[in-house]
Amino acid sequence: MTGQKFSFYNNQVDLVRVLVKTAVLFLLANLIFAWVYPMPALGQISAYNHIFPGRLRLPYGDNPEKAYNLSLFNLDAMFASHELARRPKEADEFRVIFIGDSSTWGYLLENKDTLTGKINAANLQLPDGRKIHSYNLGYPVMSLTKDLTLLSYAMRYQPDLIIWPFTLESFPIDKQLFPPLLQNNSSVVQNILDQYQLKVGNPAKELKSPSFLDKTIIGSRRSLADLARLQIYGILWSATGIDQDIPEDYPSRQEDLESKTIYHGLNPGQMTQKDLALDVLASGIKMAGETPVILINEPMFISQGKNSDIRYNFYYPRWAYDTYRHIMSEASSENKWAYYDYWNLVPSSEFTNSAVHMSPQGTSIFANQIIELILQKAEAKHG
Amino acid sequence: MSLLSLLILIVASLIIGWVIPTRWRAYSIIFISVITIYWLQPGLPIRNLDFWLPTTSIILTVLVWLITQQISHGDEKSRKLFLGVGLFTVSIILLISLTRYTGIACCITPARPPPITHVLFGLAVAGLLALLPVMIPNTRRFLGIIAICIIIGFLIILKSPILLTAASANLRNLTGQPADLASSQDVIWFGFSFLSFRLLHTLFDYRSGKLPAYRLDEFVIYTLFFPALPAGPIDRSQRFINDLRNPPTDNKKNRIEGTWRIIFGIFKKFVLADLLALIALNSRNSHEVNSTLWLWLILYAYALMIYFDFSGYTDVAIGMGKYMGISLPENFNQPYLKQNLTSFWNSWHITLAQWFRAYYFNPVTRFLRSRPYKIPVWLIILISQVSTMFLIGIWHGITWNFAIWGLWHGAGLFINNRWTDWMRPRFTSQGNPNWINYFLHFGNWFITFNFVALGWVWFALPSPEQSLEVFRKLFGF
Repeated sequence: MTGQKFSFYNNQVDLVRVLVKTAVLFLLANLIFAWVYPMPALGQISAYNHIFPGRLRLPYGDNPEKAYNLSLFNLDAMFASHELARRPKEADEFRVIFIGDSSTWGYLLENKDTLTGKINAANLQLPDGRKIHSYNLGYPVMSLTKDLTLLSYAMRYQPDLIIWPFTLESFPIDKQLFPPLLQNNSSVVQNILDQYQLKVGNPAKELKSPSFLDKTIIGSRRSLADLARLQIYGILWSATGIDQDIPEDYPSRQEDLESKTIYHGLNPGQMTQKDLALDVLASGIKMAGETPVILINEPMFISQGKNSDIRYNFYYPRWAYDTYRHIMSEASSENKWAYYDYWNLVPSSEFTNSAVHMSPQGTSIFANQIIELILQKAEAKHG
Repeated sequence: MSLLSLLILIVASLIIGWVIPTRWRAYSIIFISVITIYWLQPGLPIRNLDFWLPTTSIILTVLVWLITQQISHGDEKSRKLFLGVGLFTVSIILLISLTRYTGIACCITPARPPPITHVLFGLAVAGLLALLPVMIPNTRRFLGIIAICIIIGFLIILKSPILLTAASANLRNLTGQPADLASSQDVIWFGFSFLSFRLLHTLFDYRSGKLPAYRLDEFVIYTLFFPALPAGPIDRSQRFINDLRNPPTDNKKNRIEGTWRIIFGIFKKFVLADLLALIALNSRNSHEVNSTLWLWLILYAYALMIYFDFSGYTDVAIGMGKYMGISLPENFNQPYLKQNLTSFWNSWHITLAQWFRAYYFNPVTRFLRSRPYKIPVWLIILISQVSTMFLIGIWHGITWNFAIWGLWHGAGLFINNRWTDWMRPRFTSQGNPNWINYFLHFGNWFITFNFVALGWVWFALPSPEQSLEVFRKLFGF
């Protein structure tokens, strides 16, 4: 001991040496980080379900400052922040997992008004005493492969039943790999594609593996910041229960439509089974194994406006949607899928800003229908 | 200010301090400072205002120097120096205005500068104004009063949303833009809050005969010093210019100190403050939070955020100053660890508090004490402290909430002063068991910190109604 007090400002310190050492250490830290690449492991470290209650739907936010929620690509972090990761399933729980698009996630809906919110509010119980609890694993992007990827994570949480609502827009082959969530989880998605021998999109082009540089601390700075922000927003999620910025006013779903009849490059009469990602659905059912899967063609808005004789809504020309329903009906019979078509279940007045986003009332109608299915399926399985 | 802008300024200050020869240092600092006030000026919807406001900052600086300093007619060297610095500064302004014509390379300013003829006309008017104190030296004291009134007038307009909207409407009329679109956001004058206090300090010291002689280059550097433009500190010219005249011999030590301050400052501002900002109290989440406990937490987050944000900027400014051999004064000294409100205000935004102490609190106290009729001491303290804090409050903006925030602290300081006076003969910590003293220290700190944190409720929210609603939730009534 010299007895001299340590000081950062000690003028004996050579600034150049300090800077060089710092640079070397930082470089080393980057190399080790890239080599180990601990992002998935870091994603599993979460204050949710420990300090904060788990989120009721997967993190997604168009406007983080107002939604107290954000979109990130770390699947482990997304699931660790969800209520599903709270604890192992209890003996008296009948676990129902919902996957799907923004309609399932509940765009423009508070948690209590989503499908799972409505179903949980019904406090359902099976004859054997188990309580039905549904979990919202919807994510606001339309792609069956995205649903399948989320299902691969969901299967870790021992579901008793899987509900998979979808719409035609999730089926086109060329749309399967477009979600940034998939492109930023290329190895996970590629494994699923390989395991189920799926031929969707152009994986070589769309799923780019991160380079070594991308895996360094510098390359991962955005992901690291997102992880930190997700944890910090946990405070306001706990304090407010808000996870979405729902504006009081928004542009209504389109009533008057263009007369376009082409759908994803297909002209009337051209759509066949091979144009739709039916094998992704089949893979989902395979992935679920013993767990039953209910497939649902979700309700959509049916326009009465201009050109509504040509199109149902902004998304679909009538011919394409009718063909899709026919294909789905045939495929589900062939494969013995539990498939339910509720395309026109909800009145047009109960859609909000898009052809698939429902109001709380519309969601209630849909939820009541699903409750019946859940009870039937649960009783059939265990009765 | 973005991290990138800050990094550019840090590199500039390092180059000035390390690479540029000492004889060119003053001109380099002036050059970067003048460029910075144009570059960091936010874009404004009123045509060319984002060019004229920084230009006015420079003109005001030169005018205040001409009012407060004498150009020695007999001294050829000082006259040449004045002309040199003046022409250098005008050349930078003209150079910036010429970027209007440089196509892709346009512009340092947020929008295209006005045509060169307009700029030349503006500078000619400024030149005529500058002739007044030079040609008629005995008007300088009177011009000093006019300058004080103009600067305080600008401050009042800039801090008052109502007056700003009216000013915006007038400026819009002047530029032929629709006046009905006028808003208080139309006029944002980068750095004026701090610049104005430096100019006022100079004018006050000039009037009281305390101002030493400075050269124009020294004065321009003092008022427009680029590290201290965005968030202070408000240095005293006497101290600052002394540093400028006596550059440190140990540059290495300064660079090391500066580097650490900058690293800590950036960490405080861009990591801690920016993360806390995500959850800190604001007008939106104050409505949405549904439990008392969480509301306290986001209030504390606000308290920490504002400290890390402001002190982080100050650290970076001090670090940049050190690179150039100038030791800017400290603005914060662990304010949240203080055990009474007086100590808090001696360690929070220290240079602003010192400014008000020197130019308002002390003169007012002296004035009240010197009245022929005897005013009780407690009343003098009440009037001086509450009015000082009221002024500090509205310096942040002339709104009800800033005013109440000032009064809150004024009342707190008065109570603290009276309590200390009352307790002093009755209680001493000497001879007490340690645990009692620890308990008392903790209690003092707890009360002080929470009083300050609760004060932020007024500061952070836009209306008294909203603040009262938060108080109601915080205390569960």
